[in-house]
Amino acid sequence: MARYCASNACLMCEALFQLRGVRKEYGARAVLQIDALEIFAGEILALVGPSGAGKSTLLRLLNFLETPTSGQLVYRQTPFENISLELRREITTVFQRPVLLNTSLRANVAYGLQLRGARHEARIDEMLARVGLATMARASARKLSGGEMQRVALARALVIEPRVLLLDEPTANLDPYNVALIEEIVRAQHHERGTTIVLVTHNLFQAKRLAQRVGLMLNGQLIEIADAPAFFDAPQDARTAAFVRGEMVY
Amino acid sequence: MVFDLMDDLARGFTQALQLILGGDAALLEIVALSLRVSFIALLIAMLFGIPLGAALGLSRIRAQGLITILLYTGMGLPPVVVGLFVYLLLSRSGPVGALGWLFTPTAMIVAQVIIAFPLVAGLTMTSAASVDPQLRLQARALGATRVQEAWAVLREARVGVIAAIVAAFGAIISEVGAVMLVGGNIEGKTRVLTTAIVLNTRTGDFELALALGIILLALAFVINGALLRLQRVSDV
Repeated sequence: MARYCASNACLMCEALFQLRGVRKEYGARAVLQIDALEIFAGEILALVGPSGAGKSTLLRLLNFLETPTSGQLVYRQTPFENISLELRREITTVFQRPVLLNTSLRANVAYGLQLRGARHEARIDEMLARVGLATMARASARKLSGGEMQRVALARALVIEPRVLLLDEPTANLDPYNVALIEEIVRAQHHERGTTIVLVTHNLFQAKRLAQRVGLMLNGQLIEIADAPAFFDAPQDARTAAFVRGEMVY
Repeated sequence: MVFDLMDDLARGFTQALQLILGGDAALLEIVALSLRVSFIALLIAMLFGIPLGAALGLSRIRAQGLITILLYTGMGLPPVVVGLFVYLLLSRSGPVGALGWLFTPTAMIVAQVIIAFPLVAGLTMTSAASVDPQLRLQARALGATRVQEAWAVLREARVGVIAAIVAAFGAIISEVGAVMLVGGNIEGKTRVLTTAIVLNTRTGDFELALALGIILLALAFVINGALLRLQRVSDV
């Protein structure tokens, strides 16, 4: 399964994730029903849609934090039932509400490496510098602002050099300075390392700025997915067109 | 009357200093046994109580409600009732009387474990349950195994876990009912600070009783101070 994608790092991209008939239910309530979706290596895919559309649930499935109720979820030719710890550790998520450990910034950034039994002091320093927090390395994570916390969470995710980075509304409720900084870091990570990024956002402008492909989710279903220019300028589905126009769609 | 009490306290304090500075052999033996019994009991309670408390705080099991009620009840167990229970177990006609543990430090340790265990497990459970559930998801998203996830939660709950250890230590180092019943307060064998205080009070040797009380308080102060320091050091 190969496809042309717009990433500079990868011109013929393999499908990293393949989803077929993936369904997630909580009790009797179905929250996600994806008939077919492929996510390609090296791309930035943005998922947009109203709250409760199933975007975050999809991210949790992609990070193997939850298992589908039914259907096929394949990562690098491995069905989710057989995903090893090693494969799972190629993927990480930055959540909308960052939860930091009650310790120093540096220890927080080092946490993912520590879980892997790895020590890369220089990489930790580099990441702290990249998110603009090098001078606060020894400070307590409890003393940070929301924007700083999210930057630490991003550094903590990037320091493990993930193959896939899942971003669940990473800039929601942040000021424009932090939004711009985080977007720049994400863009640089993608450009330099070719990291596959799946971004969940309510912000259509952010999706437009960052993503190569964009998908609209409604009521747990993927309504339309297309290259960013086509998604915004020539949507095929009436609901996508309405959503892009800023209208409420359900 | 007030002056008498102050005089007694002053004399008790002076005598405590003399006993400590003079390296009184009998006193040292009592202090050493008190610490040995309570530390071993605390370690055993921690060994089983912290994992159980963490497991209960992190997951939902079928008998969770019942176990929680039992633990909370255990946290308020009167030591003398524990002593009676252990006495009956270990007495010659009891179910494990053949062990010959009654009136030995081992029996005292058993009784103190029963007192300390619900405190350690119950308070650890509360601390672990109060950690933001999102932390586990975040740890897992960063590649944590189930064990690493649990460890991350325990680390976050460390202030509460140390408080549990402090509470348990305070309860057992100061309790008298259980160790008196199952240890017997035998001089040179099972006499600890609390039972020695009771004995000296009964025999009218208030100065020595006060001296022992002051030593007990000082020990509790130093050990709790050390635990508090550990709590602060880990809370960076």
